[in-house]
Amino acid sequence: MSVLKIANGRIIDPANGRDEIADLWIEDGRIVSSATRDSRSSAAVIDAAGLVVAPGLIDLHVHFREPGQSHKETIATGAAAAAAGGFTSVVCMPNTSPVADSPATISWIHERAAQVAKVNVFCTGAITKGLKGEELAPMASMKNAGIVAITDDGHCVQSHEVMRRALEYARMFDLPLLDHCQDYSIVADGIMHEGEWSVRLGLPGWPRVGEELIVMRNILLSELCDAPIHCQHISSGGSIRLLREAKARGVKISAEVCPHHIALTDESLKGYDSNFKMNPPLRTERDIEQLVEGIADGTIEILASDHAPHAAYEKEVELDQAPFGILGLETEFAIFCDVLVHGRKAIGLPRLIELLTVNPAKLLRLDRGTLSAGAHADVTLLDPDLEWTYDLGRTCSASRNSPFHGHSFRGRAVRTIVAGETVWAL
Amino acid sequence: MTAWTHKDLVALDALSAGEITLLLDTAKAFKGVGQRTLKKVPALRGKTLVNFFVEPSTRTRTSFELAAMRLSADVVNIAATASSLQKGETLKDTARNLEALLADIIVLRHSSAGAAQFLAERLQASVINAGDGSHEHPTQGLLDVFTMRERFGRIEGLKVAIVGDILFSRVARSNVHALVTLGAEVTLVGPTTLVPHTLESLGARVTHRIDDVLETTDVINLLRIQHERQRKEYFPSLGEYTALFGLTKARAARLQPGCLIMHPGPINRGVEIDSDMADGPHSVILEQVTNGLAVRMAVLYLCAGGAGAAL
Repeated sequence: MSVLKIANGRIIDPANGRDEIADLWIEDGRIVSSATRDSRSSAAVIDAAGLVVAPGLIDLHVHFREPGQSHKETIATGAAAAAAGGFTSVVCMPNTSPVADSPATISWIHERAAQVAKVNVFCTGAITKGLKGEELAPMASMKNAGIVAITDDGHCVQSHEVMRRALEYARMFDLPLLDHCQDYSIVADGIMHEGEWSVRLGLPGWPRVGEELIVMRNILLSELCDAPIHCQHISSGGSIRLLREAKARGVKISAEVCPHHIALTDESLKGYDSNFKMNPPLRTERDIEQLVEGIADGTIEILASDHAPHAAYEKEVELDQAPFGILGLETEFAIFCDVLVHGRKAIGLPRLIELLTVNPAKLLRLDRGTLSAGAHADVTLLDPDLEWTYDLGRTCSASRNSPFHGHSFRGRAVRTIVAGETVWAL
Repeated sequence: MTAWTHKDLVALDALSAGEITLLLDTAKAFKGVGQRTLKKVPALRGKTLVNFFVEPSTRTRTSFELAAMRLSADVVNIAATASSLQKGETLKDTARNLEALLADIIVLRHSSAGAAQFLAERLQASVINAGDGSHEHPTQGLLDVFTMRERFGRIEGLKVAIVGDILFSRVARSNVHALVTLGAEVTLVGPTTLVPHTLESLGARVTHRIDDVLETTDVINLLRIQHERQRKEYFPSLGEYTALFGLTKARAARLQPGCLIMHPGPINRGVEIDSDMADGPHSVILEQVTNGLAVRMAVLYLCAGGAGAAL
């Protein structure tokens, strides 16, 4: 029997309302309430004094690029980056090549992950075939292959009729539906927030309303079908207002916020650096305030990275021709901790952990995100006060497209444990 | 006195009043050179300039070519269709190849905003922005301001109206930055769709009625209006644009006697400007073209020639 004792840490387990200094015991890859006399003596011990012992962090929005784009990231490198950021479980988006819109591709990803990934890799399937927004992908067979949700992320189903039927159909299988909210006719070729900076830089604007229209659409369709929709990577303060009102009415709508959208503004693009180009775009200080308010008041219950690796040669081109997206996993916890807990004091550490563990687990019905007895022994040790500087030279990702190189943060994961085994430690 | 310390000219947004004035003063000296029988000076002798035009242009390319020749530089022109960008080579790789051929100056025209800055940050060679998407066209802005200063003797306090598709205009942005920095009062005129109020953040006024500026403006700069596939939703037709914003004879009659009519070209006669007005006494449109040569000589000289070289 393999026994591990994580000693003297501050155990924060939001799923159980637990926050206390105690030992955490793990036997054979599961959390146990206490160890037997025999196992105590044979236990390996990790000293967690001064550290926070949290359920393994979960990121329900990452792009690991396999199959088909392994020059950007592989499941192995993506999982290594996740581990280095304190994440024990990730949920992959389906915009691979081929698109994850069939059970064959889903199975391939699962098999690959089982061979190479340091962390748990869950899959989403596409809502529509080829992410084209036209015909429904085979949800039942993808569900049998193990997907945890459907999404056309990177794309947005423009036809409200297709979206309505997808929502109705997915309900048969209790498949959560996640949506990338972008109205194509309004956004057109927009690449940055429409405002003073887009005007100054002469860049096509991506206005807030391009997101808000689809958030509103999703609220109305969720009501119509009495089925939940989760809105991905919300960037606009206006979306927060719509979500808040809808949730108050009892609509089954939820949403996530990404680190870059609360750490950076559209002004960052003044040097035309494509590492500040992501979709949806960086917005204004006012949007940041509204996103943070939404996180503080419970409108936003899930945080995620939208980890989107791209090769340097793909990013180092004219800004309008560069692909959208940045790395996220290695800086995610640090940014959230720094901005939300230390900087803006919007939420406390237990709430932050809740937004990164039990809440995404609940949405996707993952058997993770808690330190209850019997749970998978996925554990992250956090030092919320550790000051450190992000160095892309040491990234575990296969790509280096982060705007946070050289940025200093307060707060970091220091050890990542999956099924009782340490997969990364500082 | 202000010294020129920049390798490149990417945008007027970043320049101080002193730097813009230095460019204008240098252009004034070069304009004198253009009036000599022997129009050539040796300031850039031995230097190589590449006109790298990833978007079609005749006027600007020719102007840079002549400016470089008058400074005794060797000039090579590369057009988009002939360039290896068509073969999938990145902008960075193409430009580094040009630099490997020992180009000293790269004049870049590109459809992407930020392209000139992108190259300037990556190359040892001087990069001169000859228009990047809807961002800036600094030499056009300078030659417009040069023309105004030559006629009025000053920029400070001048009332300048710029009329047309401001949202997508690199000419408008460069003009606004230079004019505002030098103390002019700039009013941007055009339909609400093409002249959004966010433009006020550049330091200009915005109006959607050309009547607001006709009788008071010292300069009216008319931008070429386009009504192509991507602009259809911005206004209904060229006819309606002309009815609302075109400089017709009736409108021109209300201009002050000394008001200058400017246009960066090419002109759509009968659209943004009445044909007779383009050739009339207010018009300085061809003067702008001539001044463009002197301005581009000044830019090339300051960025690549070093202040030590003799005129």
